[in-house]
Amino acid sequence: MSCQCAVEDGLQPDPKEIKLGEILAKYKQQKGALIPVLQETQEVYGYLPAEVLRRISFELKIPLSKVYGVVTFYAQFHLNPRGRNIVRVCLGTACHVRGGAKILETIQKELGIEDGQTSEDLRYTLESIACIGACGLAPVIMVNEDTHGRLTPDKLGKILAQYE
Amino acid sequence: MNSLMEVCCDKCTHTPTTPCDKYIACRTEGPLCHDDASCKEKVQTRLKQVVIAPESGLKQVLICAGSGCISSGSRKVDAALEAELAKQGLADKVKITVTGCHGFCEQGPIFIVEPEGTFYCRVQPEDVPELVEKALGKGELVDRLLYKEPITGEKVRHYQDIPFYKKQQRNVLRNCGHIDPENMEEYIARDGYKGFVKALTMSPLEVIEDVKKSGLRGRGGAGFSTGQKWEFASKSPGDEKYVVCNADEGDPGAFMDRSVLEGDPHAVIEGMLVAGYAIGANNGVIYVRAEYPLAIKRLKVAIDQASACGVLGDNVLNSGFDFHLKIKAGAGAFVCGEETALMASVEGKRGMPRVRPPFPAVKGLWDKPTNINNVETYANVPAILRRGSEWYAGLGTERSKGTKVFALTGKVNNTGLAEVPMGVTLREIIFDIGGGIQNGKEFKAVQIGGPSGGCLPKEMLDLPVDYDSLIKVGAMVGSGGLVTMDETTCMVDIARFFLNFTQKESCGKCTPCREGTKRMLEILTRITKGQGKAGDIETLERLAKNIQATSLCGLGQTAPNPILTTLKYFRHEYEAHINEKRCPAGACSALLTYRIDSEKCVGCGACAKACPVNCISGELKKPYRIDASQCIKCGTCMDKCKFGAVIKG
Ligand SMILES: Cc1cc2nc3c(=O)[nH]c(=O)nc-3n(C[C@H](O)[C@H](O)[C@H](O)COP(=O)(O)O)c2cc1C
Ligand code: FES
Repeated sequence: MSCQCAVEDGLQPDPKEIKLGEILAKYKQQKGALIPVLQETQEVYGYLPAEVLRRISFELKIPLSKVYGVVTFYAQFHLNPRGRNIVRVCLGTACHVRGGAKILETIQKELGIEDGQTSEDLRYTLESIACIGACGLAPVIMVNEDTHGRLTPDKLGKILAQYE
Repeated sequence: MNSLMEVCCDKCTHTPTTPCDKYIACRTEGPLCHDDASCKEKVQTRLKQVVIAPESGLKQVLICAGSGCISSGSRKVDAALEAELAKQGLADKVKITVTGCHGFCEQGPIFIVEPEGTFYCRVQPEDVPELVEKALGKGELVDRLLYKEPITGEKVRHYQDIPFYKKQQRNVLRNCGHIDPENMEEYIARDGYKGFVKALTMSPLEVIEDVKKSGLRGRGGAGFSTGQKWEFASKSPGDEKYVVCNADEGDPGAFMDRSVLEGDPHAVIEGMLVAGYAIGANNGVIYVRAEYPLAIKRLKVAIDQASACGVLGDNVLNSGFDFHLKIKAGAGAFVCGEETALMASVEGKRGMPRVRPPFPAVKGLWDKPTNINNVETYANVPAILRRGSEWYAGLGTERSKGTKVFALTGKVNNTGLAEVPMGVTLREIIFDIGGGIQNGKEFKAVQIGGPSGGCLPKEMLDLPVDYDSLIKVGAMVGSGGLVTMDETTCMVDIARFFLNFTQKESCGKCTPCREGTKRMLEILTRITKGQGKAGDIETLERLAKNIQATSLCGLGQTAPNPILTTLKYFRHEYEAHINEKRCPAGACSALLTYRIDSEKCVGCGACAKACPVNCISGELKKPYRIDASQCIKCGTCMDKCKFGAVIKG
């Protein structure tokens, strides 16, 4: 029997691509749609792959250079695959004053990756950000959508281990 | 009747497509179009369930579900409470209200029992059975969960007697922590949308006059007169105009906008409705930073509820005025808080500021006349209309009216949000409300106004906090972040910290800001590493003046403020770093060495176990040693040692 992948591919289009089609259809007629399209697309793919950006540029009729201009301007957009768990360490003023830098250092050691990097097994991506708005609990980190506050370096191992 | 938002009977004809102008008043005083005692009773009965009256015998528990308390575990507490009430048969005697932020995040999860206002703090699910049995069932106090005053150690029972709240005057935050933000009925029951209804009885120009007379100034940074801004937008020719709400709140250390959006989103919507009516705009946009998912969610719920009953949409409350509101989520760029950059971002472009004029009031979003205000500014508006501009103008100082919310953070005992009349002193905020400095340490400085603001020393503690006094000393109200610092905070490091922030966030469009912040950061980094040289201070001062004078937008124009104020008030610290290679606060790690005092060391080995680079060695029960060549100066050993044997210097 000959290889079936092409046929199967044809029968079952990539669900992510379908989603992308829906997003584009929803925003096509709206002005100022590029950022929401990129945000929703990134939610589907986890990052913004090059071929996806080409399709967005083509369908929204926005030059690819402009699309890249926007993607690289905003901290929220990513051109490379990201970890399953996003660890954000706050280095805002309130957290800085209460030892945020030490928290970052400890996490870097614990995960073996630097600020901005993703672990090889794609389990964690580590980022520093300036203020999550939970300054009353400084120092603070956010893992995915969960905020963890009043931290000390020794609490971190247990928190990080919760996220597979 | 299960909600005040329901119709009382089929005589009521209000729908979004057939709107009634008395809709809002009818919710709480109705019915107004027909006389029916039973309908009236239905409304009044429901009202008493929403706002629990002391004589009803019912109790209400307010549980905070602001971002702070959620992270301290409050959602587990309200789930446990619901189960426990059912178990103890109290479910119909106690109403649980999941609220927005109380502002006292330090003490979360917060659990308040109404109507008496007993305040329990740091409540965990395992405390719930006892609270239900004693506090809710028998009306007794659960002493161990009461708030303990950090200095005197005294237990305080009532919400309003806690020093943190006592000195506050909550206008903008009046509903935060007291209502369920996802239920419009609760906002309406507390005079919600009455300010807007009042505005509809006035002409747009009268509304603008009123806001001008109130003296309200923008809470987002520059403190421009809100009424005047509205007037410009109103006079600007054009039949399509926009109202924008700046909810980007990028200033690290400020979280009042987040709390308002999470705790009382309808107040912002109401303020925007009034602005839209006043300037003649039919479309509004709220630009919220993406780091605030809960705020976005609650705003969405609020907009949906307001649209469902015709408070937003076409022909709002049969006034002939249309108003549509949209949310745009930011994408993580501080500069997008600047108004022209924000609008570029809403248009889907890179969020870069442009030269003003033309001001947004003339050429704003999609090149149309636009009014842009901050979250807190809009949230001030409903009460100004409802209670009158004279009332508002009676609060605050001669030139700074009303109340302002400050985010009190850093090394104070009580971190959280404090709303006070403009003109109270820093000392009152930091010591009376904030409860002074943690761990009995000495107050050193307060950073006010975020990256655009300045650091003020203890000699300035009696300065009244208002727009003009702060500008005079080189700081600014900004968004209202107050970060307190103690003797262990190094002022050069703080300046470096802010420059690192502004340098990273500079959009790169104009040279002074792009290059200048980099050069200043390099110098500051060198100084904190012990590589400062003679002349550095003068170079910093010269660069700072140039950048202030020549940058395109507020980011660059104000970026030097943290350096200039620290140089002005803490110059000796710079000099110590440069001339003596010494950090007086003991914070700059490159200038420190750690060693173990052999007299004090008992040889427990705790430091060696904790050391991340294994540079501490020794034998149990004998003094340990730190290998200075391997030490990364993380300070873990010092934190771990129970005997104070690790010394840095
Ligand atoms: C770099 C920069 C960042 C800003 N960030 C914010 C912000 O996060 N929130 C805000 O309301 N205003 C911010 N502003 C001020 C706005 O440009 C604008 O003055 C404000 O939204 C006007 O509203 P107001 O008159 O109600 O204060 C920022 C300004 C600059 C220069
Ligand atoms: S500074 Fe860290 S949460 Fe605000």
